[in-house]
Amino acid sequence: MELSDSVLAHLRHVAALPDLSGTRYELESEIGRGGLGVVYQALDRELDRRVALKVMDAALAGEARLIARLEHPAVVPVYDTGSLPDGRTFYAMKLVGGARLDRYIAGNPSLAERLRAMRRIGEALAFAHTRGVIHRDLKPQNVMVGEFGEVYVMDWGVEAVAGTPAFRAPDAHLDQRSDIYALGALFQFVLPAAAPPALRAIVAKAMNHDPAERYPDVPAFLADLERFQEGSAVEAWREPWWHRLRRFGERNAVLLWLLTAYVVVKFLLFFLRKV
Amino acid sequence: MNKIWIGLLAGLILGAVDGATAWFYPETKNLLAGIMVGSSIKGMVVGILSGWFARKVQSTGWGIAVGAAVGLLFAFLVAATDTVNGRHPYLEIMFPGFVVGAIIGFLTQKMGATPMKRQEL
Repeated sequence: MELSDSVLAHLRHVAALPDLSGTRYELESEIGRGGLGVVYQALDRELDRRVALKVMDAALAGEARLIARLEHPAVVPVYDTGSLPDGRTFYAMKLVGGARLDRYIAGNPSLAERLRAMRRIGEALAFAHTRGVIHRDLKPQNVMVGEFGEVYVMDWGVEAVAGTPAFRAPDAHLDQRSDIYALGALFQFVLPAAAPPALRAIVAKAMNHDPAERYPDVPAFLADLERFQEGSAVEAWREPWWHRLRRFGERNAVLLWLLTAYVVVKFLLFFLRKV
Repeated sequence: MNKIWIGLLAGLILGAVDGATAWFYPETKNLLAGIMVGSSIKGMVVGILSGWFARKVQSTGWGIAVGAAVGLLFAFLVAATDTVNGRHPYLEIMFPGFVVGAIIGFLTQKMGATPMKRQEL
């Protein structure tokens, strides 16, 4: 008996589905698929809640332990881990609603919203670095933005991953500075076409081909971002004097208006007195 | 430096500068020192009150409004007790006093440390 291509494809798909019969989880649907595993939506029958279940090769089981070490608001929490009858391993994590960063940016959020997302990503990365974890594959597809603006960085530090070309540092050896390069590349992706030159300078510094010329750490990157948001000069850009003047005017607009009002009042009183 | 000190300092400087503009008026030129001292004291009082308000309420708009109102009130009191060429200089003192008060109110909102709120147990 010969089977049609569509039937064969269906059988292959069903055969690849994880057998969760010995677990507390019930498979619902596939969420995403990558080179290192497949993520499903599943129901945790014991706690009656939906979770994201990542199924992957047993050799990559360390990923769950790695993420479990990163308890941070911008890192998806791992609930549980286990093995399947076919030898594959899985871990259950929080099912995050919302959109991937690339889709979120396609919705054209404001500059303030983009910067807020970048700050959250940077904070998660800075935290991971203090725990000795580097991400290795920071890219828009590995960041989720929730319905309420919460940000989650996913797919942490798998040794087998060498990064995605557009976001990977040209370094021979991946370390924290390589993550800073990827953070800069991600920032470039997040910025709108008409971004202020100060922000472009932050991207350029983070993405410098010489690791020594990049920000020394993620907090330094975040500090420059904060300086921009506060209307201060950023470390990455030696701004021309007219930019400095304009920034001063923008930062002190109310005070300048009040001083102008004072001078106008004084002039009017002086000249009206003579009329 | 706390907000009351900021108000005091801003009031002293702006009051002195405002008083110094009396130099441009021939009728008050000879009274410059006294006007500057009086204007500085008025500025310091407005500054202290604005600084005290800024410790209680953190709002630039309200800070400017209260500073301007207090500046206007004290300028009125000064103008009401003062006479130049037989008349009260209400306009000459109250208009600048209003704007100087607004500037002091703004500065006390933007500068100086806010006291930590006592944590409720």
